[in-house]
Amino acid sequence: MRWVPVFKKEMRLYFGSPVAYAFLALFLLIAGWMFSQIFLIYSEMSMRSFMQPMGAQNLNPTESVMRPVFSNMSVVLLFFIPMLTMRLFAEEKKSGTIELLLTYPVRDGEVLMGKFLAAGAVYLLLLVLTLAYPGLMWAFGRVEWGAILTGYVGLLLLGAAFLAVGVFISALTENQIIAGSATFGVLLTFWLIGWGADAAGGKLRSLLQYLSIIEHMDGFGKGVIDTKDVVYYVTVAAFALFLTLRALDAKRWKG
Amino acid sequence: MIQVEHLTKRYGPVTAVSDVSFNVDKGTIVGFLGPNGAGKSTTMKILSCFMPASGGSARVAGYDVFTQSLDVRRRIGYLPENAPLYTDLPVASYLEFVAEIKGVGRRERRARVDEVMERCFITDMRRRLIGRLSKGYRQRVGLAQALLGNPDVLILDEPTIGLDPKQITEIRSLIRSLAGQHTVILSTHILPEVSMVCDGVIIINRGRIVAQGTQSELVEQVFPTSRIEVEIGGPRDAVVSALRAVPGVLGVEDLPSPDGSARALVESPRGRDVRGEVVQLVAARNWRLLELHQVGMSLEEVFIRVVAGEQETEA
Repeated sequence: MRWVPVFKKEMRLYFGSPVAYAFLALFLLIAGWMFSQIFLIYSEMSMRSFMQPMGAQNLNPTESVMRPVFSNMSVVLLFFIPMLTMRLFAEEKKSGTIELLLTYPVRDGEVLMGKFLAAGAVYLLLLVLTLAYPGLMWAFGRVEWGAILTGYVGLLLLGAAFLAVGVFISALTENQIIAGSATFGVLLTFWLIGWGADAAGGKLRSLLQYLSIIEHMDGFGKGVIDTKDVVYYVTVAAFALFLTLRALDAKRWKG
Repeated sequence: MIQVEHLTKRYGPVTAVSDVSFNVDKGTIVGFLGPNGAGKSTTMKILSCFMPASGGSARVAGYDVFTQSLDVRRRIGYLPENAPLYTDLPVASYLEFVAEIKGVGRRERRARVDEVMERCFITDMRRRLIGRLSKGYRQRVGLAQALLGNPDVLILDEPTIGLDPKQITEIRSLIRSLAGQHTVILSTHILPEVSMVCDGVIIINRGRIVAQGTQSELVEQVFPTSRIEVEIGGPRDAVVSALRAVPGVLGVEDLPSPDGSARALVESPRGRDVRGEVVQLVAARNWRLLELHQVGMSLEEVFIRVVAGEQETEA
């Protein structure tokens, strides 16, 4: 249970500096703007459907508003998650505090767990705050909470994968800027891989589609929890965390 | 308490520490002395389990630093060079974090933190952000975190660096007070510090131990004879030859002196004091005794002799 003090320390550092506030405020500003725009388009569409009752059966507020909001949020997270993870190890290496941290009676795994869960906690707080969007819709109409819930399960898994990749890259460098931008670059690459799928054919196509990190979010947004999507995110997160442990070990060896 | 055998550490092609062996007994304070880049910090990093050695072994409190790292880390307090601390945390919350991670129970945590702040004279800074503290205060916060958890062994890398003279004396007496219950290994390049604080000395140069022992042992090793310097008003040649004839004198070295007086360095076996004989000689010959003193065989001279001697043999 020695991860608890590490977790508490990281939380103090997040909220004792502007990092967490900037992360939350900027993300909510952008996501809120997206939600309101999508919501306005949707209400216009439903107005029009009064004149043409033919298309009205396709109108479902959860499907037409929250699904695009989820998918937009996952792209924005790609930019924002590096803000949370870049300092986790890089800062400690730069300032030398890692030397003290790793000589306390605590396992590397516990250090990693404390840090990962602290970043996860800030992320979770962010997700809780975005519940305002379905909440607003619920105040004005009917909402399918089941589909919303699966969407959030998806965001949670996607976030875990993003955070794990970020933590790993932060353990590789002592420069926070490099850690942040490399994380962004890697995540972006894993998103753009999916674009290649459209051009490619056959087996390659399905492979590229499977690797694409945001592609897997789509099912959750629709209200479907598919094992292959869950497995994808959990695998990416677990593998990145495993690599982080190896990186910490290698650091000891090289000194 | 600390046993180091044939310890070697290479960074790529550079050998930072080579075949270092020493022991530190329980309850003693040992000073690690050496010029910059001698391998002091590297040895301490290995002892604190931060990095593994390339060869040899080290045991702290009976546990191997590599294979039983957690057991070692439960029993040490470590202050790395330059005291790296979390600058965005206030002093007291930082120390509470350290107490918790070192496994100090929730009930006594507050009391232990207060106690180390008291001992390191930082109580009045408890709410201050570490980043806002001066170098001297930071150093003391670093020492405070090392003391938390009441470890058996303290590994302090340059504990008094950046402190003002008053703080240095305070911290030295604090370290001195740790002797007996704690085993302390500290590195420094301030020689008087070792004389004041440490029981034993290890002099390290270019990754190798060049001398070790207690201070008086080292002085005896390096300077097997005791020496006095005299200045005598009298004819130079006569004075020198008369001095050579004094019983017990092993050798006389003629030193430059103003006209009308003679200055000489007189060597005699350790423990054989020839000052009385010299004074009698001067009185008998009706010369004037202008100066007579024992040449100090301080650690500083031992250090310079040993380290410089090393460099000469290599050149």
